[in-house]
Amino acid sequence: MFDLELIFNSLPLLGLGALVTMEITAVAVAFGVCIGLFIGIAELSSYAWLRLPAKVYVDFIRGTPLLVQIFIIYFALPALIGMRIEPFVAAVTACSINSGAYVAEIFRSGIQSIDRGQREAGRSLGLTWGQTMIFIIIPQAFRRIIPQLGNEFIAMLKDSSLVSVIGFEELTRKGQLIIASTYGSLEIWTAVAILYLIMTLSISRLVAYLEKKFNTKKVS
Amino acid sequence: MIKIQGLHKSFGSHEILKGIDLEVNKSEVVVVIGPSGSGKSTLLRCVNYLEVPTAGKIFIDGEQIEPSTNINRIRAEVGMVFQHFNLFPHMTVLQNIMLAPLKVRRQDPKEAETQARELLARVGLSEKADAFPDELSGGQQQRVAIARALAMRPKIMLFDEPTSALDPEMVNEVLDVMRDLAESGMTMMCVTHEMGFARQVADRVLFVDEGQILEQGTPEQMFSNPQSERAKDFLSKIL
Repeated sequence: MFDLELIFNSLPLLGLGALVTMEITAVAVAFGVCIGLFIGIAELSSYAWLRLPAKVYVDFIRGTPLLVQIFIIYFALPALIGMRIEPFVAAVTACSINSGAYVAEIFRSGIQSIDRGQREAGRSLGLTWGQTMIFIIIPQAFRRIIPQLGNEFIAMLKDSSLVSVIGFEELTRKGQLIIASTYGSLEIWTAVAILYLIMTLSISRLVAYLEKKFNTKKVS
Repeated sequence: MIKIQGLHKSFGSHEILKGIDLEVNKSEVVVVIGPSGSGKSTLLRCVNYLEVPTAGKIFIDGEQIEPSTNINRIRAEVGMVFQHFNLFPHMTVLQNIMLAPLKVRRQDPKEAETQARELLARVGLSEKADAFPDELSGGQQQRVAIARALAMRPKIMLFDEPTSALDPEMVNEVLDVMRDLAESGMTMMCVTHEMGFARQVADRVLFVDEGQILEQGTPEQMFSNPQSERAKDFLSKIL
């Protein structure tokens, strides 16, 4: 009934898929944090030419499905630029741009949560706006948003399964391929689910550890 | 040292400062008193442009602050101490004091540390160099904040209700540091409700009400013989 041997035989392939899933998630979140930091700061800018495009970007990305964003980048964009885009590049790009919008909101609220007296203290000492951000505001905001960034990492890891639709062979796609040749839906999807679970639980453990570690250096 | 001409400040349609003219000389200690909401904190915050004036001119050490002025250079010369200390909670006491000298003055790290330790000794907190702000009492935090401001070797010190957030038993340790500073010849502008301090240390007391300097004089004149009804009324409530 439940073919354990099939799972064992498929594990190397599924494990490889899990590694690819980790890779694409890590790259997407890394880019997402960079994009999100800049967009999040831009959202708080007093200059409309910075603030408005940032808001449009965040609204557009958060208001449309990731699946559609993947299709736009993989199918629609090549028609526009007349060049084929590799599934890996399309997958990472779509996930990074998507993650960037969510991370931007995390950074925006994190920065806003820092008491404005901190900024005033920095500026009154003669630090520039940039120095105040880099040395005073962002380090404090970053500590506060570690839990939300962890959640975003986990959400991205799960959502990355969507890039299987463009044939990119991460964990979900690997599962589909194995089932196509073995018909072991029950076993393989169970195994795939457990592998996702192992990854998400590991990340939340890691985040909990980081949170604890940073909180030993107190944030008021 | 500080010269203010025709200073106005509005927040939206609400006018907080309605034309302030003021000169503060070198080494002078000016205490600003007045009811809450009178604009005294806003006046102080306009001096280092934490609030941008709606109209009027401000000169610091003879130099007019204009839109083209590098305001960071001016602020480096004007130390400020806040009601709520505003120490950087993610840094140790020593790092709090060294940050601006390192980043703004580009001081040598060794030199900055030596100076930071000297300042800590001056405010009586040598043993707290490696503590984080939230491990200190309010009075200790405020003394660190004063040391942090002094590390920039400012020409002027602004105090915005420095003891208002403190438990009563900690007020004096902060006032003592401010008194020493005044005696060392620092030019100071203090918004405070500590009338004992004003009487003892101030060269001049300003009474601000509804965005204007209603009355000013020596502490003696102001406290024993106020001229305006508003000042009499205010002083009778707090003395």
